[in-house]
Amino acid sequence: MGLLEVKGVGKRFGGLQALGDVNLSVQENTVHAIIGPNGAGKSTLLNCFVGKLIPDTGSVMFNGQSVLGRTPFEINQMGISRVFQTPEIFGDLNVMENMMIPCFAKRDGAFRLHAFETVENEKDLVEKAEQMLIDVNMIDKRHMNAASMSRGDKRRLEMAMCLVQDPKLLLLDEPTAGMARADTNNTIDLLKEIKEKRDITMAIIEHDMHVVFSLAERITVLAQGTPLVEDTPENIKGHPKVQEAYLGEAH
Amino acid sequence: MLGLSKKDTKFLFIVIALTAATPILLQPFPEGSAMSQFNAGYPDLMQRFAIFGIFAIGFNILFGLTGYLSFGHAAFLGVGSYSAVWMFKLLSMNVLPGIILAIIVSGLFALVIGYVSLRRSGIYFSILTLAFAQMSFNLAYSVLTPITNGETGLQVTLNDPRILGQQVAANGNVPPTNFFGLEMGSSLKIPVGGWEFTFNAGYYFCAVIAILAFYLSLRIFRSPFGLMLRAIKTNQTRLNYTGLNSRPYTLAAFVISGMYAGLAGGLLASMDPLAGAERMQWTASGEVVLMTILGGVGTMMGPILGAGFIKYFENIFSKINENVLHQWFSFLPDGLEGFVIWVAEHFVGSGWHLTSGVLFMMVVIFLPGGLVEGGQRIGKKLKRKKSDGDGDDAEHHPKQSPHVAE
Repeated sequence: MGLLEVKGVGKRFGGLQALGDVNLSVQENTVHAIIGPNGAGKSTLLNCFVGKLIPDTGSVMFNGQSVLGRTPFEINQMGISRVFQTPEIFGDLNVMENMMIPCFAKRDGAFRLHAFETVENEKDLVEKAEQMLIDVNMIDKRHMNAASMSRGDKRRLEMAMCLVQDPKLLLLDEPTAGMARADTNNTIDLLKEIKEKRDITMAIIEHDMHVVFSLAERITVLAQGTPLVEDTPENIKGHPKVQEAYLGEAH
Repeated sequence: MLGLSKKDTKFLFIVIALTAATPILLQPFPEGSAMSQFNAGYPDLMQRFAIFGIFAIGFNILFGLTGYLSFGHAAFLGVGSYSAVWMFKLLSMNVLPGIILAIIVSGLFALVIGYVSLRRSGIYFSILTLAFAQMSFNLAYSVLTPITNGETGLQVTLNDPRILGQQVAANGNVPPTNFFGLEMGSSLKIPVGGWEFTFNAGYYFCAVIAILAFYLSLRIFRSPFGLMLRAIKTNQTRLNYTGLNSRPYTLAAFVISGMYAGLAGGLLASMDPLAGAERMQWTASGEVVLMTILGGVGTMMGPILGAGFIKYFENIFSKINENVLHQWFSFLPDGLEGFVIWVAEHFVGSGWHLTSGVLFMMVVIFLPGGLVEGGQRIGKKLKRKKSDGDGDDAEHHPKQSPHVAE
């Protein structure tokens, strides 16, 4: 059984059937890409995993537990971290403060009234955050205001914030959207590096075929709210149905 | 020291020194001189500086850190005052039980109002708090008359039980408020040359509590809890997807700031043992918003400066009347004098609110970071003059994130 088991998920917005009958299984320690043309329901599906949307039908099980009906913070505490299409970071805070927040969330849970401790005194958490910043090559930017950084750095910071929590599953929603080629390649290298260094499962939603084929171990192709095929990258490349529905149209 | 960094400890000691020396600092002009009306070193006003400073510090924990703008904080001030006066009526004229009850009751009150209001954010939150405060005001004014004594306001009388203290003082009056015998109204007057400095027990009592309140808020600003509150202000989405529940954090901030307001209300009643419904009116809620914004939202010193600034000018401008204006402008030719006075009198006396409105607009337009930002700009200019020619080009250096409290 996979780490994330999606069975018969359907979601309707008014007259639009965004997701039909999605079955999907993300195996542990794999990078699983979900691709598909615009409007295929990729983001809707992802939002069903993290508690932003509740599907009308079907079930989403993570690590043997249902995530349906849980709030985003509860799902994060179960071990799912999410990277957004446009980086969501704490813009008014500096990089180090951005890193400390997920460290506290991981150690102390969803709420703790730690009003009489000092952030700097949490030596082991500071160390952990700094190590993570070293891993993503951002340690020299630790005092920088997060909002003043480039988009590539914001993305890098957001990933570091997710990874410092040691999530069981990392969800990436078009991590290279709007990036220049060089930044895209950097992101691919970063993700590869992360993959090598630690046991982590990733589910990626992506438009950029270059990214998908350099990272993914399994690919699910979504079209009009239903999965077309699920296979290895090699097989997907040559699949006639996929060519027709997606690659043919996009390239 | 005291769980603070070196810089913060220094900062705290500066605040303590300034607070202790306030009766001297605010009395820069000799008695009887033309400028002596600008002196502010008298007990009543100094007590207000400290008390409204506490009120604004607490408000800043909610508004400055989380960005939730409450328009109903005067309700907690009022609740605190009523609770304290009831203690004076039932228990004794010692201020301590009154203040403790004020904090507890306003905290519970804030818990209920916050629980409901924090279901919404932004303008809807502000409107909800405003509605709750106006509701409390109207209840205090009418329905709850047995508790609040309605329009007249709650006062201590000779018939009150005061089971632990004196019912009637030796001179036949209601005994004065005191702190284990130290009367709040008692003052030590020291004449030095042409000056006269008043060291008032009530002021120093408020000042000690204000410093404690300041210290607590400094600790909260530097704590992980404070970090979470600032995170709520910048990006609640990220916070939720990072595994943190923002609701209890905002509620805790709301209750803490409500307790600060209750403490301020209790102190107001301790200095002058009466409580009226007008203390809960929306104008009073607006005043603390003005203080915080004027001084600098989210900074440590800002709210205190703002509170002092508003209370000082309120007092000074309200005192100036037509006679004073005549004295000032008597050097002008008659026609011009009449005109200048006609313009000026709208800005002084009861027209002080016009001045405060203009000041507020100027600050928001030219100094969005409040008085603290003004101070920082002046400081930067002085520094630049000193190190002129250093080649230190601020624009070509990456911007460092500013520390919260400057």
